[in-house]
Amino acid sequence: MAKEAKGRKAAVPVKSGAAAAKAEGMPRARGPVLPPASAYFIEERHDRAERHTLSVLVDNEPGVLARVIGLFSGRGYNIDSLTVSETEHSRHLSRITIVTTGTPVVIEQIKAQFTRMVPVHGISDLTADGPSIERELALVKIASIGEKRVEALRLADAFHAEVLDATIDHFIFELTGTTEKIEQFVAIMTPLGLQEVCRTGIAALSRR
Amino acid sequence: MKREMTGAQMVVQALADQGVKHVFGYPGGAVLPIYDEIVQQEKVEHILVRHEQGAGHAAEGYARSTGKPGVALVTSGPGATNMVTPLTDALMDSIPMVCFTGQVPTHLIGSDAFQECDTVGITRPATKHNWLVRDVNDLSRVIHEAFHVATSGRPGPVLVDIPKDVQFATGTYTPPEQVSLNTYRPRTKGDPKAIRAAVDIIAKAKKPVFYTGGGVINSGSHAAALLREFTKLTGFPITSTLMGLGAFPASDPQWLGMLGMHGTYEANNAMHDCDVMVAIGARFDDRITGRINAFSPNSKKIQIDIDPSSINKNVRVDLGIIGDVAEVLEDLLIVWKHEKPKMDKAALKEWWEQIDRWRGRKSLAYRRNADIIMPQYAIERLYAATRKHDTYITTEVGQHQMWAAQFFHFDKPNHWMTSGGLGTMGYGLPAAVGVQVAHRDALVIDIAGDASVLMTMQEISTAVQHDLPIKIFILNNQYMGMVRQWQQLLHGNRLSHSYMDSLPDFVKLAEAYGAVGLRAEKPGELDDAIEEMIAVKKPVIFDCRVAALANCFPMIPSGKAHNEMLLGDEVSDETIGSAIGAAGKALV
Ligand SMILES: Cc1ncc(C[n+]2csc(CCOP(=O)(O)OP(=O)(O)O)c2C)c(N)n1
Repeated sequence: MAKEAKGRKAAVPVKSGAAAAKAEGMPRARGPVLPPASAYFIEERHDRAERHTLSVLVDNEPGVLARVIGLFSGRGYNIDSLTVSETEHSRHLSRITIVTTGTPVVIEQIKAQFTRMVPVHGISDLTADGPSIERELALVKIASIGEKRVEALRLADAFHAEVLDATIDHFIFELTGTTEKIEQFVAIMTPLGLQEVCRTGIAALSRR
Repeated sequence: MKREMTGAQMVVQALADQGVKHVFGYPGGAVLPIYDEIVQQEKVEHILVRHEQGAGHAAEGYARSTGKPGVALVTSGPGATNMVTPLTDALMDSIPMVCFTGQVPTHLIGSDAFQECDTVGITRPATKHNWLVRDVNDLSRVIHEAFHVATSGRPGPVLVDIPKDVQFATGTYTPPEQVSLNTYRPRTKGDPKAIRAAVDIIAKAKKPVFYTGGGVINSGSHAAALLREFTKLTGFPITSTLMGLGAFPASDPQWLGMLGMHGTYEANNAMHDCDVMVAIGARFDDRITGRINAFSPNSKKIQIDIDPSSINKNVRVDLGIIGDVAEVLEDLLIVWKHEKPKMDKAALKEWWEQIDRWRGRKSLAYRRNADIIMPQYAIERLYAATRKHDTYITTEVGQHQMWAAQFFHFDKPNHWMTSGGLGTMGYGLPAAVGVQVAHRDALVIDIAGDASVLMTMQEISTAVQHDLPIKIFILNNQYMGMVRQWQQLLHGNRLSHSYMDSLPDFVKLAEAYGAVGLRAEKPGELDDAIEEMIAVKKPVIFDCRVAALANCFPMIPSGKAHNEMLLGDEVSDETIGSAIGAAGKALV
């Protein structure tokens, strides 16, 4: 500051301004150096987070997915899973199924934010609005030999996974089920030569 | 009417059909077909700005002062990116605005063509909605939808991106009557049960306050009239956010002044101590609430807002009413007049006595000076001199903006146009251009700071070209005053880069632009100079030399509650340094 003040020059004679500065006693940094602070108040929130599955019917127009994702990233909401595809071709409607985690206030906000979006026809909170069905599909590649290979096949059978592809040294299983079932299957397969997993994310419908 | 036309003709036809009289714009390669149509007709007048940001803010000023959507037209690439700030500004303040951008031809999209940018991608979070039109037969429908979206529900900016080949192509024009959106249908009527419940709560109040915001202005002059009626009927005290000034007359005895970070002592204390708070078109912004967990701890809160996402966003309310302010107030008044509820007169009288004690604190008082123009004094004199005129005020952002809000008083809506949500320096001058275009005979003043005004100074050239006699009233303190104040308050008075070195001679600058330059350096010169400014029928830059180091008070410092305000006459350099408590210092 002191340096800036000394080097100051204005294009026009600074009369009252400079006089004012002197008259008011130019404040200077003095005494102990104070640490910086801010005028924003950051509050820690300790509300319990809940997991909700939201089903959103939207116009299938360019950029609609970017809008949805932008809403979540821009406002700091979580996306645990996201599934989209056109479900009514004649009306160009897509269904977006989003699994998100947030405090009850945040979940309410997300729903309200969706209602403001122009291409949104409707939103339902499958978790809050009564019973619903959720399913996910996973493709799981296992590469192993000998006893591990046999064990993998046996477990897949127990999970009702289907063998989609098989060679001497690998299997690809298809498994449909709840997220928990798929998580469990993947966990069990990990020591048995799990190589790659691909999951669709959740598809869900209300039972009402 | 001939229905077959080019895309460029459709744009102009759609504007005319939407009742648009003025467009603010700047040409370039990707919009030349539209400009070619504009020059060949007279229904829509084009105002040529000097920078696309200016077009956007001018459109905002136009919209804020008329309630009608502002329209801007710019080219692709840099034209579009220069529009991002005004779009975001309009989004934050819920201002209806329709922006047209040119785009490279459809077959070049995605090829990094000259002046190509992903306009809809860049402006998606800056608009309420946007469209890229790839087929000329969609164009007129999209434009009409765009006007609908911009002006209905919670208003906001929209953008229509039109590739150059679509402007040249021929297609069928769809008139506005044939366009309807089947998705976006915001609810405007409040839930009757909630309105009844609100009447019950309001009737029982002992220490009520009306907390109003920009939503009242957006809802239209009818909303402001209903607000007055309801406030008179109840006799309740009323305060407003920065955005809502003018919705209720500042000259009325029930008016408490603005609330929030630089609000009055009485308004903020009433908010803190009230038992019933009625939020009307106000969204509990952080500049209003201060520390959220100390915000009005003992009140029942009712919130009327058209946007469901505004309710319970920052502050939990006891009763939310989703609807348009005017419609909800209308219904509320019907119930109120029908039920004629008995109010607690004794309690209300006591409440007013308490408020009068707070008023007695005179929180806006400042030390006068015989030699130096105090900025507050300058605004007081400006207000006094302009009362007899139809005066519209825009501002830049900084201390001058807060002083204008505190010391200029508004009795009518749509006469105060400031960048509240985004806080955009450089907004006020082009906004004044837009206001003057809408109100040719009015007195339009941009209350400016020396730093802000340099951000869009070139628009004075627009004002000169279009005979728009706007007045730029600069409170010249040679600092980014608000930044300096925060550095004093929050950063140990280390004034890092907040001194405005090498400022231009604003009087000569005005003359260079073909405008009139005036200067006042002493309090004694002020009144005459202001009179001269008003009398001049040309654009004026007024260099008002004010005290360099004045601070804007009252102020709610960070991490503090409404009832822990800093008042100007209590503040010394020492208290400023220690105003932020230990908790406040931990804030990020
Ligand atoms: C575009 C932009 N950049 C930066 C800021 C941060 N800022 C807020 S107030 C301010 C200083 C304004 O100074 P001036 O226009 O001289 O007004 P004063 O506070 O002195 O009245 C700055 C830099 C802003 N609000 N907008």
